[in-house]
Amino acid sequence: MKHRIKNRISEKAFLLPSFLGVGLFFVVPFIVVFYYSLVEGQLGSRFVFLENFKALFENAAFLLAAKNTAVFSAVSVPLAVVLALLLAGLIESKIPGKSVFRVIFLSPAVVPIASVVLIWQVIFHYNGALNGVLGRFGIARIDWFKSEYNQLIAVALFLWKNLGYNMILFLAAFNNVPKDVLEAADIDGAGALRKFFKIKLRYLSPSILFIAILSLINSFKIFREVFLLAGSYPMEGLYMLQHFMNNTFGSLDYQKLSSAAVVMCLVMAVVIAVMFIIEKRFGKDIEQ
Amino acid sequence: MRKRVGKKKTAARIVLFIVALLVAAAFIMPMLLTLVNSFETQSELSSNYGTVFDPRQSMSEDVNLKLIPDRVTFSQYGTVLLKSPDYLYKFWNSVILVVPIVVFQIVVALLAAYGFTRWRGRLRELVFFVYILLMLMPYQVTLVPNYLVSDWLGILKTRWAVWLPAIASPFGVFLLTKYMRRIPKSYTEAAQLDGAGGWIIFKSIYVPVCRTIILSLAILLFVDYWNMVEQPLVLLKDVDKFPLSVFLAEINSGEQGIAFAAAVIYMIPPVFLFLYGEEDFVQGISISGRLKD
Repeated sequence: MKHRIKNRISEKAFLLPSFLGVGLFFVVPFIVVFYYSLVEGQLGSRFVFLENFKALFENAAFLLAAKNTAVFSAVSVPLAVVLALLLAGLIESKIPGKSVFRVIFLSPAVVPIASVVLIWQVIFHYNGALNGVLGRFGIARIDWFKSEYNQLIAVALFLWKNLGYNMILFLAAFNNVPKDVLEAADIDGAGALRKFFKIKLRYLSPSILFIAILSLINSFKIFREVFLLAGSYPMEGLYMLQHFMNNTFGSLDYQKLSSAAVVMCLVMAVVIAVMFIIEKRFGKDIEQ
Repeated sequence: MRKRVGKKKTAARIVLFIVALLVAAAFIMPMLLTLVNSFETQSELSSNYGTVFDPRQSMSEDVNLKLIPDRVTFSQYGTVLLKSPDYLYKFWNSVILVVPIVVFQIVVALLAAYGFTRWRGRLRELVFFVYILLMLMPYQVTLVPNYLVSDWLGILKTRWAVWLPAIASPFGVFLLTKYMRRIPKSYTEAAQLDGAGGWIIFKSIYVPVCRTIILSLAILLFVDYWNMVEQPLVLLKDVDKFPLSVFLAEINSGEQGIAFAAAVIYMIPPVFLFLYGEEDFVQGISISGRLKD
């Protein structure tokens, strides 16, 4: 008995370093952040409840950043899921050199963004390669970074970086589709498309959910490309939430920072919850 | 009839193969061009890229992308490695920032994953769920708490402010727990009958079984943190301590050659790790996708 108790204590002790770290750097300060978002001034303890949030939603920079980030994520996340699924299908189809293609498709995921930023400049500059190619087809020059199309560049860079990782997740998920169900469909004479939509997609739905969530989180990291290309104050269309946060860190406005972090946390929680609900409905009848 | 179906299939395969080739070319082009450019002379770069990096040049000529340089030179590498201490210094900054994060996040995560696997309490699922939620929060959310604590502890603007939150980060715990839960109980039964304690079981059964997943996690973490931008910008602030991932974008016009060479040098560690452990990297990604089981 004594031995068992000792064992139980010692096995809990393994969790201690991680609990300390997560508690100290994430959980406790997040509670404080939540508190800051509800009070006035840094040392003040007067509760103002939603005042800080009201101020945040009247802040033009925040609204711009939130809008840009939302539009960017709404466009790039579905693309990142669908195109990655197509790439995974491409790898699964019987083409020669599969393993080489897999390595190449995945390689952008490991290359530091800073290393390829110079090339993006060369391609998307006013006198850059893209305009050169388009010019040959008689399409007028666009100053990509400064035009209203600059979000398109961000989407392209995002897809280039993230499709490979998502593709690997899909390839792993393909293994979860039971072979006998597919064989049964074959016997029934189901075509490839029908098999895909009626069977595979259902078994893939948990993976699609996860890949969508992952792409959503990664879509917030587009800040890196934009920052390395255009600095702290990019053109209007590329001003992202992380720009807003960084520039607010500069002025150390805790109320603004805290309320922004709380709003984003809530939005993420809601979006993820909605995705879970959709997935549950869609994949319901295959779960045992 | 059958022959026709066969022909149709072959044609489809050829089309798919061509699509794959085109996508592959687009995916690899940026790396390839960076590599090619790093071997070009500064004068060739200037004439190829004129206005892109040097707005003072008034001519509006298009860039000239080349896959084979007029003259191959290694002088840019010589300059980066021998004459231009800034780049090498920032590279070293990256190493100092990233290596401790990778090593210690793995140590903490191994311990915690074992703890989660052996924990039979009712709270376990709830606590693990908190870890997953934290893992899913973007930097915009987690950097604010990280910043506050670093400020309280007085470690802001030191490397500790980047190291400690990253070491405590829940991703490693998530990945290793997912893996350890699939280790059959039969592995540990004999040891338990012999009265082996938690530490012995951890050290001599779990850690060795996890060898490959540890390598996967190491590669995933290295690649991720080698690319970090947000954390140094917010938590370090000090340009002298910035890793090369932040510094590389701040090139002066007229130094593109050096920057291209530095960019290639900066790519080498993660690309090498990737090519060395591609299978493990892929395995790590695959397991990270098991959010729900």
